[in-house]
Amino acid sequence: MTDKALTLKRKFAETRFKIYGLASLFLAMVMLVVIISSMTYRSIPAFTNYGINLEIKLANEFIDKDDLDYRGIIRETIFSLDSECDDRKCRRSFSKLFSSGAAYDLRDALEEDESLYEKNFNFYILFSDDADLFYKFGIDKNLPENERRLNDQEILWLEGFQEKGLVEKKFSSNLFTNGDSREPEIAGVLGAVIGSMYTILITLIISFPIGVLAAIYLESFASKNRITDFIEVNINNLAAVPSIVFGLLGLALFINFFGMPRSAPLVGGCVLSLMTLPVIIIATRASLQSVPPSIREAALAMGASEMQVVFQHILPAALPGILTGTIIGLARAFGESAPLLLIGMVAFVVDIPQSVMDPATALPVQVYIWADSPERAFVAKTSAATLVLIFLLIIINLAAVILRKKYELKW
Amino acid sequence: MPNYHGLYSLLWSQLVPLLLLLIFIVIDASVKELFIFERLPESIILIGQDEVNYSVNVIKDNIRNLDVLISLDILSIESANGLYNQYFLYRTLFLSIISLLSGALGFFAISRLNMRFDARRNVEKILRFIFFIFSTVAVLTTFGIVLSLIFETLRFFSQVGFTEFMFGTHWSPQTAIREDQVGSSGSFGAIPIFTGTLLITFIAMIVAAPLGLYSAIYLSQYAKPSVRNYFKPMLEILAGIPTVVYGFFAALSVGPFIRSSGETLGLTVSTESALAAGLVMGIMIIPYVSSLSDDVMSAVPESLRDGSLALGATKSETIKKVIFPAALPGIVGAMLLAISRAIGETMIVVMAAGLAANLTANPLSAVTTVTVQIVTLLVGDQEFDSPKTLAAFALGLVLFFITLILNVIAMITVRRYRERYD
Amino acid sequence: MVTEMDQNINIDDVDTKMEKKSLIHCTDVNVFYDDKQALFNVDLNINEKEVTSLIGPSGCGKSTFIRCLNRMNDVIETCSFNGSIIINGQDIYDPEIDVVELRAKIGMVFQKPNPFPKSVFDNVAYGPKLHGRFLNKSDMNNKVEDSLIKAGLWDEIKDRLNEPGTALSGGQQQRLCIARAIAVDPEIILMDEPCSALDPIATARIEELIDELKVNYTIVIVTHSMQQAARVSQRTAFFHLGNLIEVGDTGKIFRSPDNEQTEAYVTGRYG
Repeated sequence: MTDKALTLKRKFAETRFKIYGLASLFLAMVMLVVIISSMTYRSIPAFTNYGINLEIKLANEFIDKDDLDYRGIIRETIFSLDSECDDRKCRRSFSKLFSSGAAYDLRDALEEDESLYEKNFNFYILFSDDADLFYKFGIDKNLPENERRLNDQEILWLEGFQEKGLVEKKFSSNLFTNGDSREPEIAGVLGAVIGSMYTILITLIISFPIGVLAAIYLESFASKNRITDFIEVNINNLAAVPSIVFGLLGLALFINFFGMPRSAPLVGGCVLSLMTLPVIIIATRASLQSVPPSIREAALAMGASEMQVVFQHILPAALPGILTGTIIGLARAFGESAPLLLIGMVAFVVDIPQSVMDPATALPVQVYIWADSPERAFVAKTSAATLVLIFLLIIINLAAVILRKKYELKW
Repeated sequence: MPNYHGLYSLLWSQLVPLLLLLIFIVIDASVKELFIFERLPESIILIGQDEVNYSVNVIKDNIRNLDVLISLDILSIESANGLYNQYFLYRTLFLSIISLLSGALGFFAISRLNMRFDARRNVEKILRFIFFIFSTVAVLTTFGIVLSLIFETLRFFSQVGFTEFMFGTHWSPQTAIREDQVGSSGSFGAIPIFTGTLLITFIAMIVAAPLGLYSAIYLSQYAKPSVRNYFKPMLEILAGIPTVVYGFFAALSVGPFIRSSGETLGLTVSTESALAAGLVMGIMIIPYVSSLSDDVMSAVPESLRDGSLALGATKSETIKKVIFPAALPGIVGAMLLAISRAIGETMIVVMAAGLAANLTANPLSAVTTVTVQIVTLLVGDQEFDSPKTLAAFALGLVLFFITLILNVIAMITVRRYRERYD
Repeated sequence: MVTEMDQNINIDDVDTKMEKKSLIHCTDVNVFYDDKQALFNVDLNINEKEVTSLIGPSGCGKSTFIRCLNRMNDVIETCSFNGSIIINGQDIYDPEIDVVELRAKIGMVFQKPNPFPKSVFDNVAYGPKLHGRFLNKSDMNNKVEDSLIKAGLWDEIKDRLNEPGTALSGGQQQRLCIARAIAVDPEIILMDEPCSALDPIATARIEELIDELKVNYTIVIVTHSMQQAARVSQRTAFFHLGNLIEVGDTGKIFRSPDNEQTEAYVTGRYG
């Protein structure tokens, strides 16, 4: 091979290699964008809902405020739309088009404005998920009737509402204000978010003090010997143990052995704090190490004890780093779901949990539950829930970044 | 030093009682159960375990409220009264012992104080001991994991043979409802699960190893600092996205996409194919490969790079022939950690891989993994003595040990490598 | 590219100086790290087949200068260059020039011995392999042996060719690096404080080697030791704060320099 050809070949190889690197990086970035944008795109339908404006007539009725049949009122109102529908089968089919949440909405509206009890007023009744999807995406009428979610009669009704101009699309805040529900149109993530908050709170309370003090011991007081070596190997290994193994531990130890309640954020927090502990210890040690030894020597020379030096000089200097590490560890715990599945935080919980002992679920687990639901409308809800999850994580991580930028000390 | 005197008395008076209080909280539930069991009428015990569990739970939740306790049909009025009194006697006794102990210890501590007493050293000694205890929590956790897994696994092997589990090729843990049905014991050959795990891990590494490594090479060797500062955190975001999101993405988009593109090519593809789960898992672990590889390649001394460049090597020749071989141990460590991460990953496979334990190497068919089985066996209601639930712990033990071995090897290689160039 | 050019440059120089012709011409060399200027208008000619040493207090720019000669400064992101360096009639900062080929013609030995984590043999064979030379196995063996002989290392390690280069002693490692540089048949060898990490005995061995090598190679050496400059070099250039203060025959620089600063430095009153 001539020199020139070889040089050319080598140059080509150089360019090719560089392109491989750039392409890999680019591909990874593209995947990130694809995931986020596909979630965003699919979540759009979750933020709106179709409904119908109907007049509710309470003006001439005798009303017992304490024992009002809200469901009955709604039924009466919707059946006024089609007076011919009077047998059981037809009525069931007809009322299937409207959300069962409408009764609760009515109760809330009446409780808010007492004057409505004596009036006729316009009320916005939500459609059920199937009707809602019909307006959003249409339906394939070529499918055999029994393979469709809506039969011919139901489609006829829905088209009728549209022709009469009764149908109205509104922004829906149910996702943010409600707990879980079997009905996609009224299901929300609030319960799961609160559950996650409780869980993370427990995690923080347990893992932060233990983690920081353990790191201080290992970094400042422990002599280098077999025991501390063993502890260190354990910590490093624990940081890489699959999260589901912590779930098994939680199930066997906390629930079966100690008899702690299933599905409670308390247990979830305990399990996650064991997982977060190594992260906090490692981060704390790193930031303790970054404090220059001259500070320690200066304080020791002034006659301070080892303990005083640590708590009065080294710890304050290392605190931003420790907090950043803690936040990152908590963010990881916040997105974790596998161990929570095993300790029963995967339950269907409608009520918003009031304490760490109440049955609850966590936001990532809520995503899992919804993703598993057969109703098609849950696809949009699930995507929206993942966006909420990612959004909260971004906020948490942003806090860590800001903390680091603001208090970063240069030695 | 009045501060230290105060702290000294505080530590003495609170430490032991606090510990006791913690024990009280932990064992409270079990004690409650014990008391309840004593008083449970024969009639309920005869019905069966489920009924007993239910009744115990109902009584446990209402133990503080005598009226409700009596109104429950389960207990007679006498035993409800007895239970209420017994439980509150025990509670009051325990708590008063704790407060008395606290007072006594505090008094003792104060009596030791005088002007010459060196409270600071004593306080520091106590604190140091507490910190030491905290630092052993990690060790205790490991022991807790190992012990609880081994304990349940032994119970499993008392019902199912070890060789059947480790070398059997048929897995169907669903025990029949009626005793006389065929296959009521279920079969627990875990080989298809292990191969399924390996298949998905393998696919994930095929994606993550080259992409992660080349990204690391580009970032550490080619990119300008400004580009690097921007793209490195971007790459880390991939590791920060919760795995449940990846799982949802895999199940919703990637699985159907692969299925439909396979069908266009005339292939039969399962919607829950190993390929879909593996690909998405691969994307997730790219940053695990790249970030550690980046670190180890940046740790290769400048002088080696300069030496090679000065001999007229191009940048890529220098990377391939000098930097990469020098960093190889560290890169191997990074790969091992990534593999360990892939084996233990749960949500992606739970949501995107199947449940059917097929013994196959075809990436287009559905396989199941260790983590999927653990979740499936343990989620939902189940009794805790059946081989079905215990099998999950046996699988967990295998998972723990395999990842432990991978992690330890990875940690040792990386540490040795670091020491070489420090 | 080098051999053809040799004939047609600086005939005048050869005529006037008689014994030595100059190979490297540096004119108006300025180097910046970001905004900080490290070299100021350096003009320096370096003669063929002799040893030129660059001396001066630390931070004076002598290392920066030597790294300009094979464009190793390109590796540093923030470094920028202007001026011209002509080697064999070719401006090495010409955008047309391929740095890879340039560096193949100019060997470099670094401050700290930096053998690759490969066998001794592979260390020496690394360069020739890159440039596609001696593809035949026995040719390569000969080349490696020849380079190790020239670096004065063959007798010591001929039985240890398969051991990793990093297992040798510090002095041996540095001679291995010299052998590695020789193996690509450079015309010029740059040495950046090659003995600063070595003990006196290993240093003496390297200095001997430099003396032998100057018959075949043009050598530029940066050193912080004035004694070493006096021992090994024929010409010496004194740098101070990024300026070339004085250049001349080594004997003259050390006995009767023209410049006061040079005198202060070589007599040890300063620096």
